[in-house]
Amino acid sequence: MRARVLIRPKEGILDPQGQTVERALPALGFDGVSDVRIGRLVELDVPDIAEVEAMCEKLLANPLVEDYEVVSVE
Amino acid sequence: MTRFGVIRFPGSCDEVDALQACERYGDAELLWHRERGLRDIDAVVVPGGFSYGDYLRPGAIARFSPIMEAVADFARDGGRVLGICNGFQVLCEAGLLPGALLGNDHLRFRCRQVEVVVENVDTAFTRACAREERLSIPGKHTTGRYFAPPAMLEELEANGQVVFRYAPGHNPNGSLNDIAGIANEAGNVVGLMPHPEHAVNPLCSSADGGKLFASAALEPLPA
Repeated sequence: MRARVLIRPKEGILDPQGQTVERALPALGFDGVSDVRIGRLVELDVPDIAEVEAMCEKLLANPLVEDYEVVSVE
Repeated sequence: MTRFGVIRFPGSCDEVDALQACERYGDAELLWHRERGLRDIDAVVVPGGFSYGDYLRPGAIARFSPIMEAVADFARDGGRVLGICNGFQVLCEAGLLPGALLGNDHLRFRCRQVEVVVENVDTAFTRACAREERLSIPGKHTTGRYFAPPAMLEELEANGQVVFRYAPGHNPNGSLNDIAGIANEAGNVVGLMPHPEHAVNPLCSSADGGKLFASAALEPLPA
């Protein structure tokens, strides 16, 4: 089974990458964009998608500073 | 004489400087990350560099190296463990120190001499320092912004676990509360972003970093 893990910086944590992208967009004519946050995407084939949460807790994410979301992909 | 062990991971790059710094104050040897024991050493240094290429997050993979289990046992038994830069990141990822290191607020690699204030002289690596002493040592990193959630941060401050704080105007990365280095509650495990091992010889601008290694070489340990 293909699993997709979305990893995001926790709310309230300064995300300088997101801020930089946010500042760059108006220069390209895209106005009105706010609250840009940059995270990470991990895709993996797994025998049991129920195990992915444990993988996130132990390795794929740092739960202290990141939120994660596991979704299955057909 | 204190026997230091300096861990070498694939991607470490400051382990030889750390080894030579340790040799000024005791015996020292390199420990390969695949080893499962710590031989007969008295103090461990987890050095700077880019272990496993910083893949995923700095320190995230290195913490699963076979030797890290031995380091965790050693730390739990009160053994002296110092993490420098990437070593600090590894110790945080391993849960041996609280908090996390995030990307610098300005997104750049910054290499410069910084001044840190020693705030706790009761740890295994600051016993040779004076309280409020300023140390001049180099910092060089991209991922050094210390972060802990508000409740944890408050607890660290209350417990005196903030060991090193950047002097006013010297915070190079946006660390919360200007934190440059912290200790575990017992004070036997210490991590910091700046590099004391690069500041052990006055010919290289400062010898202030030597005090951390001198501290670890003091006997006996406080109860």
